[in-house]
Amino acid sequence: MVDRNSDVGGIPIEEVVVEAKEALRDRAKTYTPDTSWTRMVDHFKREWQLYAMLAPTIIWFVVFLYKPMYGLQIAFKDYSIFRGVSGSPWIGFEHFEVLFNNDQFIRAFWNTIKISALNLIFGFPAPIILALMFNEILNARFKKTTQTIVYLPHFISSVIIAGIVITAFAPTGGIVNIILGWFGIDSIYFLTRPEWFRPIFVGTGIWQEAGFGSIVFLAAIAGVNPSLYESAVVDGANRWQMMWKITLPSILPTILIMLIIRIGNIMEVSFELVILLYQPATYETADVVNTWIYRQGLQSGQYDLAAAAGLFNALVAFVLVMTANTLSRRYSRTSLW
Amino acid sequence: MMNWNLYSRGDKFFAIMVSIMVGMFTVATLYPFIYIAAVSFSSGFAAQAGKVVITPIDATLEAYGYIIVDPQFWISYRNTFIYTIGGTIMSLAFIIPGAYALSRRQLKGRRFFNLFIAFTMWFNAGLIPFFLNMRDLNLLDSMFGIILAFAVNAFNIILLRNFFESIPQSFEEAARMDGANDFQVLWKVYVPLSKPAIATITLFCIVSRWNGFFWAMVLLQSEDKIPLQVFLRHTIAQLSDDDEFAILQTEAAFSAETVTAAIIVCSIIPVLIVYPFIQKYFEKGILLGGVKE
Repeated sequence: MVDRNSDVGGIPIEEVVVEAKEALRDRAKTYTPDTSWTRMVDHFKREWQLYAMLAPTIIWFVVFLYKPMYGLQIAFKDYSIFRGVSGSPWIGFEHFEVLFNNDQFIRAFWNTIKISALNLIFGFPAPIILALMFNEILNARFKKTTQTIVYLPHFISSVIIAGIVITAFAPTGGIVNIILGWFGIDSIYFLTRPEWFRPIFVGTGIWQEAGFGSIVFLAAIAGVNPSLYESAVVDGANRWQMMWKITLPSILPTILIMLIIRIGNIMEVSFELVILLYQPATYETADVVNTWIYRQGLQSGQYDLAAAAGLFNALVAFVLVMTANTLSRRYSRTSLW
Repeated sequence: MMNWNLYSRGDKFFAIMVSIMVGMFTVATLYPFIYIAAVSFSSGFAAQAGKVVITPIDATLEAYGYIIVDPQFWISYRNTFIYTIGGTIMSLAFIIPGAYALSRRQLKGRRFFNLFIAFTMWFNAGLIPFFLNMRDLNLLDSMFGIILAFAVNAFNIILLRNFFESIPQSFEEAARMDGANDFQVLWKVYVPLSKPAIATITLFCIVSRWNGFFWAMVLLQSEDKIPLQVFLRHTIAQLSDDDEFAILQTEAAFSAETVTAAIIVCSIIPVLIVYPFIQKYFEKGILLGGVKE
């Protein structure tokens, strides 16, 4: 216990105690290690460089990707350029009613689905088959050369791809019609014929992307345990059997993930190529949602209606992507992102 | 790989069949390029008459002569170089520091920022709001607008962030001992160690800039700002239904087909020159961006 009558260096103990208490209280005011505020200040003083590095990117995302999301409200407004996004009056779901009663939009929606479905059926297996075939080639030089060539079209712009398609399918002088001529078939003006648009479009896609797409599957094949093949050889299996019984099952997880990604991207038909290849005569089969939006919005200036179509498209895509990611998480225990 | 001598007769047959099929697909991939090159060197008459199959007929440089005297061709060629080089530098200036910050554990709100960026891969506002935003920002018909507005994308940031995260902490500790700050650690430790990933992103940027077409077509009006791809598109559209050109070409040794083909050849050549150098990176690169949280 403190002896009340004692003193410290001539100063009564009570005063010392009071002083000490005050000092403690003062310190408690300035030195507060546990309040989040000072910790924050300290943290930012120490790590400000990180935030300085991050800031430009975040600002860029806000200005170029999030601000347009705010602008999406024109899908529910009677937008006019003069009143601007916030000044235009709300009209509810009117644009969506117009949209779902618009035959051209409905047609574009189904065309998108149909083209994607064809891409999935014919375009998805192509790189897998190609990768399996590359795996069977023994001559390293031949393999390297063919791979180098089939990857190339991926790096060519869609304008050039379209230019090649237009030249090759031209009614007079195009190589396709020249070959048909050898078999006595009359010249066909392919690019004006609705029934030919989808085969040409999907075929072009396979020609352009099958090679590049095989890289992912080749990497998966490279990861297959070699001892599986060794024991198969001991058991007397041939290459064909090994391909079906070892290689293909081993890369199945990769195939599944790539399939899920593809399903998530169903609404993403490469509309740049559509714009370059279609014409009014083929709108019937060629017009997709994004090309419709492009014509209605950017060419005819019906911004609000086109934005509504874009929002609808984005929502469908969002649901598809989220479903795909959930599925992938379940099957591969890794999400895509 | 397996030893050829151990192959049974059936296996040898299978391997040969596969080689033939891959060879055929490769030829089918290559052929359109050869065909276009052949058309570009042929006379307009031969191309229209359907005589060109694999080699130039009545070989001539008339089509090239027609485009190289067009000043617009050179302007748009120059513009494409500006967009490609400027755009790629702009992208790296955003992506490298951004990805570094996002890879640091001590960054507060790291989860939020990651989600903030990744969300744009799942949902975007679409063509119209993006266009109206560009107009509000006064970036229509602006070369700087094109370079800035397409500088960043979530995929590239996440790819590089993943790579940075995979670099062991021990690498930077020595630099920290010497009192290096974050900028120095990034520049002296992380960037040199991440060359393959940065090369991949650079490659993606260069390719998408060189090939960029749609937004350049929509956003740029002035002829002196358009890139090569838009010029190519204008020319193809113009040549196929231009009466003036039809009159012109009756006296000339070129046609719409040969001129189109010649422009295609001119715009592919730089890609072919760079291609062998970038090839070793994209095989790795495409896998870097693969499945990872």
